[in-house]
Amino acid sequence: MTMEIMEGSIAVAETVRLCRPQVISAYPITPQTHIVEGLASIVADGRLDAEYICVESEFSALSACIGASAAGSRVYSATTSQGLALMTEVVFNAAGMRLPIVMGIANRAISAPLSIWNDQQDSIMMRDSGWIQLYAEDNQEAIDMHILAYKVCEDHNILLPAFVCFDGFILSHVFEPIDIPSQELVDKFVGPFTPYQKLDVNDPISFGMYATPEYYLEFRYEHDQAVKRAAEAIKKYGKEFGEIFGRDYSELVVGYKLEDADIAIVAMGSICGTVKDAIDEMRAEGKKVGLLNLRCFRPFPSTDVAKALAHVNTIAVLDKNVSLGAKGAVAIEIKEACYGSNIPVYDYILGLGGRDVRKKDIKKIVDLAEKGEGDMFYGLREEVL
Amino acid sequence: MVDRTIENFDCGHRACGGCGASSAVRMILKGAGKNVIVVNATGCLEVFSTPYPETAWKTPWIHSLFENSSAVASGIEASLKKQGRLEKEKVLVFGGDGATVDIGTQCISGAFERGHDFTYVCYDNEAYMNTGIQRSGSTPYDADTTTSPAGVCSTGNKLPKKDFPQIIVAHGSPYVATATMAYPMDLMKKVETAMKTKGPCYIQVHTPCCTGWGYDGAKTMEIGRMAVECGLWVNYEIIDGKLTTVKKVKRVPVDDYLMAQKRFRHLFKPVRNDAEIAKIQAIADKNAEKYGIDIE
Repeated sequence: MTMEIMEGSIAVAETVRLCRPQVISAYPITPQTHIVEGLASIVADGRLDAEYICVESEFSALSACIGASAAGSRVYSATTSQGLALMTEVVFNAAGMRLPIVMGIANRAISAPLSIWNDQQDSIMMRDSGWIQLYAEDNQEAIDMHILAYKVCEDHNILLPAFVCFDGFILSHVFEPIDIPSQELVDKFVGPFTPYQKLDVNDPISFGMYATPEYYLEFRYEHDQAVKRAAEAIKKYGKEFGEIFGRDYSELVVGYKLEDADIAIVAMGSICGTVKDAIDEMRAEGKKVGLLNLRCFRPFPSTDVAKALAHVNTIAVLDKNVSLGAKGAVAIEIKEACYGSNIPVYDYILGLGGRDVRKKDIKKIVDLAEKGEGDMFYGLREEVL
Repeated sequence: MVDRTIENFDCGHRACGGCGASSAVRMILKGAGKNVIVVNATGCLEVFSTPYPETAWKTPWIHSLFENSSAVASGIEASLKKQGRLEKEKVLVFGGDGATVDIGTQCISGAFERGHDFTYVCYDNEAYMNTGIQRSGSTPYDADTTTSPAGVCSTGNKLPKKDFPQIIVAHGSPYVATATMAYPMDLMKKVETAMKTKGPCYIQVHTPCCTGWGYDGAKTMEIGRMAVECGLWVNYEIIDGKLTTVKKVKRVPVDDYLMAQKRFRHLFKPVRNDAEIAKIQAIADKNAEKYGIDIE
């Protein structure tokens, strides 16, 4: 293993290269990351033999991926925020067509007001689109999850697209030591793309036909079943990944000092790092706090969550998103997973639009949860309201 | 040579009797040759030819969305290129006029700018027929549609038909043509030329719609020819930006073409609207002058 210090986006680009996509399609809508720029120079330097399409919008970026994937190529695109919002119609369509597209999402806030900074509203708004959604805690996970995603998505028993979500700026623009795997190992793990079916004049098929009320419900059921099956596939290939690369991804939820915790914090993405440091300090003060890191939001690992949290007496959910007029999307799922357990679940909407979240904030949230205060926006600047 | 024995668009689909678009597609696929992958925008054609689990297509076919066919085609072309399949397999897009001149324009512009090797066919039935005859940017002046209805204060569609082929010419396309299903040999030949030309090619095909235009479905060919004969539709080819062929006609006044269709009936009943008919005649006259269609 050789560790290199690299920017998150560039590390992702280098890793995508190792996965050998044949067609890359991307548009640099503001805010973009360096992923597609990195891939553009990789292709320009001849380090990856791929067709790189500079499309005229994010909408076309994913549309071109649909065409390329349907014609039998492994594809890649990356986006975030407004770009993902513009893609919405195509996002649902790509999933319904069951095309194994992998797309990197450097999570950022959604306008209005315009914000280029981090939260997770963009991918969360796509929760019902039928894509797999993985969330990385650090850049090592972000690149590992890209490799894992291709393996899971292209499984003929799954055939789904996936978002690999990693926090914009906090991860995408941060330099960290990273182990970029060898080409040999990635080839061994991912292998060449073998499409389940493709556009081919030697074997004509019709893709994307419309479904009458006699068939639509069954299409949706089968899609839902595939997303649910993906949970086991991620675990299986995540274990295999661990055996090959030495980093295990066989769990969709990962606990930190959770076994004996009274209070559990549930979070997704880079905030988990801050939470772990805060937990270490709180543990030193005698507070039994633990973390449940959700690595996978779709499929939602309800049973795993319920099992991991069964013994705690309080749950504090950190949501970097909000379903306005309801709660944060993660809290809604956690409540559902813990239904019938009588464990109180408190929701904290925080960090929206790039608002910094520090260890002291995590400690304050634990204090609030202990007092039974929650279901709130945390850290509001009352003076500007 | 066009292989007229090719039948890649099968019978049994659900188009209206007398549908201009379905006849056009059957002929276009003869012109396109054997190894063609079709991309189809949402619209009449897509709906009447592929109600799951039935399909009328005997060649690979994909439908994604209404407005993204050119982007999907871009991806297919890139994919074929990467796999070394582009020498044998060709990409052909079908979009209606709404999918082309309105909602899909951005994707089309991008694909033509990038220069992908594909042919885009717009089957132009001059309104959103699949959804109930709403006006599009390709609806002719004064046509009565459900969103540009003729009434006491209106003579129908207020805007002239968008000259979309010229927009494609401006993109530097090597081959832009107009055709009509009423002249099948001309249509098939143009498709053959487009498919053989490297780069992004465009053909806009006039496809009369008996349901939307209001005429007897048995008269589709006749209506198509009348459009050409009065100069409201012009068949031409523009190769590398230069007008190279034009269908010349012994031009007749627009009256008979208009009178034959319910969508223009308000111009004749209860009383003849001379002023408006003169405006439509002026559009035909301008076409004749611009393209030199009159036989001296």
